[in-house]
Order: sequence, then structure tokens, then C-alpha cells
Amino acid sequence: MTRPVLAACAAVFLLLALVPLLESNYLIDLFNEIMIYALFALSLNVIIGYSGNVSFGHAAYFAIGGYTMAILLTTYEWSLLPAFAAAVAFSFAASAVVAYFCTRLTDIYFAMLTLAFSMLVWGVAFKWRSMTGGDDGFVGVDVPAFIAERVPFYYFSLVVIGAAVAVLWVICHSAFGRALLAVRENPIRAGFVGINTRLMRWWAFVVAGTFAGIAGSLFAMVHRGMYTESAFWPESATVLIMTLLGGMYSFFGPAIGAASLFLLERLTNEYTEYWPLVLGTILLAILMFLPEGLAGLAQAIRRQILRGR
Amino acid sequence: MLKIDGLFKQFGGFVAINDVSFELIEGEKHAIIGPNGAGKTTFFNLVTGHLLPDRGAVAFQGEDITGRPPHRIVKLGLARSFQRINIYPRMSVFENVQVALIARERQELRFFRLAAGLCGPETSELLELVGLVEEAEELAGELAYGKQKQLELAIALAENPRVLLLDEPTAGMSPSETEDAIRLIREIADARGLTLLFTEHDMTVVFGIADRITVLHHGEIIASGAPEAVRSDPMVRQVYLGEEEGTDGAA
Repeated sequence: MTRPVLAACAAVFLLLALVPLLESNYLIDLFNEIMIYALFALSLNVIIGYSGNVSFGHAAYFAIGGYTMAILLTTYEWSLLPAFAAAVAFSFAASAVVAYFCTRLTDIYFAMLTLAFSMLVWGVAFKWRSMTGGDDGFVGVDVPAFIAERVPFYYFSLVVIGAAVAVLWVICHSAFGRALLAVRENPIRAGFVGINTRLMRWWAFVVAGTFAGIAGSLFAMVHRGMYTESAFWPESATVLIMTLLGGMYSFFGPAIGAASLFLLERLTNEYTEYWPLVLGTILLAILMFLPEGLAGLAQAIRRQILRGR
Repeated sequence: MLKIDGLFKQFGGFVAINDVSFELIEGEKHAIIGPNGAGKTTFFNLVTGHLLPDRGAVAFQGEDITGRPPHRIVKLGLARSFQRINIYPRMSVFENVQVALIARERQELRFFRLAAGLCGPETSELLELVGLVEEAEELAGELAYGKQKQLELAIALAENPRVLLLDEPTAGMSPSETEDAIRLIREIADARGLTLLFTEHDMTVVFGIADRITVLHHGEIIASGAPEAVRSDPMVRQVYLGEEEGTDGAA
């Protein structure tokens, strides 16, 4: 099981590394964006797919990572490493506090509370004009010179995201990840085998928030800015749709969902301006026909083929 | 081993468990019987920490465990299975048992220790014990009912308990499945020196396993003692066995 997955990952990584050879700024930007959102969606799936809770406010931690990075690099002129470490630490701390409250609840109450906290973060970004630029956005992030150009930054992004995804993979397939699945599958039984379910859900939330922060900090650099939209609830919805489209029961599903959604959006925009209509149709199709997303579809096909042998 | 003192629980105005005191002796196989609604499952839920009692105390090996959450009580060596199937349907049979071992070994917060192969030998051993080796890679939710019950037993055993609480271990099983299950439970309890406390509907199971029986009725203990003594207790006959004397069916 592990070896083909590893081979596929290496192949994807290699292909992504080859993208700049196409010498298309459009493609480099597109793939950079896809990678960032892939990490964002993978992080959300720790909450959804692994711990079995739905978050409507995951954009908050993406935004916290992004704003921290933007402000520290630019306003306070920190260098890259400390700024990055602080962005990770801030998203860790913010999700730790929010998770403390959210994991007291389950189901729709959990989801609503995550939404409420994300609106709070959005409110701060919107109102704290002197620090965040308010609704004008934080424009003009000072990206360090060695990654200021498009291609070096792309490779920087690829390495950081590749490493982050690898670490996330290990966490999701660790003893922790397995116990978390038990909490998703049956919290009562999990409690009765000695698992502290609330603590597990807390950790899942914190892991998810921290990795979302990493994605956000890269987003701030690639766009040379950070905007309140990134903290707003439609952003949380977008990444949720990516996760569902790709498939929440598969580790890589959400990454596939992120790539598919981006490519579909670009493709649709070539022909029509009614992207939201198309998005709604896609969402309907997933919910009605593909509850396990594209990854689930692929697995079902593979099972069929194996059975046919 | 397990000492329950003046346990009381009501839901709204309904008294589910009324002042129950009870002691479980090390090594015994103790059945709790009673008609539907007698309070058997509630009693289990109170003992294992799933419900909080309104009054009374539960002590395990001399330690007061009243009001502790289930995940802490389990760690002391008091495990349970459930009347309704309670497994992890979307995980493999192997993983179902493995998770219990991961929890027992307190590995559930190891973020960088890959789960593949973790506790492998012991997981396989437990699957062999309950006869699920061939189904190890199947999804637990796709197993036949009887096999899911066996899996549930394996999960409970994985916690390496000293006392095992089984809530209707043969509920929903066919007569032949029931017979196999009884044999399995008795063998395992003897081999591992387990103290067994179980509720049961089916009198063949009760008399096939138990060496002591307690009868619950409307949340109160009306009789307790050796199987023969309980069987001939006039009050028990009246409220419970008497209804269908000579049959083995459900009450």
C-alpha cells in the first residue's frame, strides 16, 4: 500500500518541479496557488475526515498565518525564518484556544462555533486598520530577495508545502491518526477503550489550524499581500468544498479536490462568467452521487477492477 | 473486586436504579438478569462511567471511581462490551482491535509513530482468539452480525481487563451462534482469569456461564445467589421466570 503511494507522490512532486520549465507565468502562478490550497484543504481534512467534525471557519487560521507573515516581514522587517516560525506559532496558539471551546461541542454546534470564531478573526482583520490595512488589505509584503522572483519562490513554495504534506501524512498515519479515526467512527466506543476523545479532537483541531497557517503564510508571500477575504466565511466554504470534492475519507483526496476545483474554475471562466452556478452544480453532484468525493470514486473503480479479475 | 454501594439513578421521574448495592467477587462469572426495562444496561452505564449516578458509590479494587469518565475507568482494568453493536464500521477488523491496544499502551498521542504494524502480533493474537483472522482486512461494518459481536469481544479483551462487563453478549444471535459464543466467552474467561459480569436475556446463556446470578426488577435487586437458588426463588419465579417456566426464550 505504502510503496505505490510513495511512488505517486514522488511523481507528482517531480512533475510540479518541472512546471517552471514551461516558462509560463500563468501556469507557475496557477500551480503555486493550487499547492497552497491543497495544503489548506489537507489541513482541514484532519478535522473533517479524521476527527469527524465539520468546521465552517477554517479560513481563520489560514488568515492568521498569512497576516502574521505579512506584518512581521513588512512592518517589523523580520527575516524569513523567524517570521515563518511566528506565523506557525500564532496559528498554533489561535487554534489551541479556539479548539478548547469548540471541542466542548459536537456536530452542528461545533460547526457554528468555528464559524463564530472565524468571523471574530475576520472582524479583527477588518477593523484593525493600522495593523492589517482593514478592507483595503495589507498590500506590498516584503518578500526576501532570494525568493522574490517568481521561479525561486515557486520552488521555495514547493519544498515547504512538500515537507508540510509529508509531516501531515505521517501525523495522519501515526498512532494518533489511527486513534483519531476511532474517535470519528465511534466516540463512545473510543472512550470505552481508554481514549480521551475530547483531547484527541482538540489536537486534531490544533494540527489542522497550524498547517492552515503554513498555507496562509505562503499565500501572503505569493500575493505580496493579505486581504480580509481570506478570513471571510466563503473562503472557509471554498476549502470545505475542495475537501468534499476530493474525498474526505482519503488522505490525498482534498489535494485532488483543490486541484480539480481550481482547474474547473479556470476552465469555466474561459467560457462563461457563471462560475458560482457551475460550482453549485458540482456541489450538488458530489452530495448526491459522490459522497466520498473523487478519491472515493477512484477507489470504487479500483475495487470493481480487482473484483473483475 | 467491584463494590457498588447504594447506587441510585432516575431519569425525570422514572427511577431506573433504586438503591442497588452489590459486590463482584474476584474470579466469578456473575450474571445480571431481569425483564426488559429492569435497569440492566443503566446499571452497566453507571458502573463504567457512561452515566453519572444521582447517589451512591462505585469502587473498583478499593478505589472510588464514581463519576470518573469511561476512558479513565477502562485504564484501571474494567472493560465492557455493548448490547448493540459498537465497533468502528469504516475501519478494518485489524484496526478495530489495534486501536484498543494503542489506547491501552497510551500511544494515542504519538504523532510521529506510524500506526502500520503497531501492536501487530498482539492484535493478530486477539483476532485468532475470537476467530477473526481471515477477516482481518475486511471493513468491520461489512462483517456478519455474529462476527461483529466477536469483534466487539476482541476489542474489550484488548484492553487487558481484569473485569469484563458484557452487555447481552449474544443478543441477536442465532442458536448456534449463541452456543459458540458461550463456549468462547467461558474459555477466554477461564484462560485469562477474568472476572465476568454480564447481563443476559437468554436463560441458556445465563445458566451456561454464570456461577452467581443477581436478579434486577424495576431497578432493585430482588434476589442474588447461586443459579439453582435463584431459579427456585419464589419471588424470582413470580416476576420473571414464572412467566414462561421451562422455556429458554426471552422474558
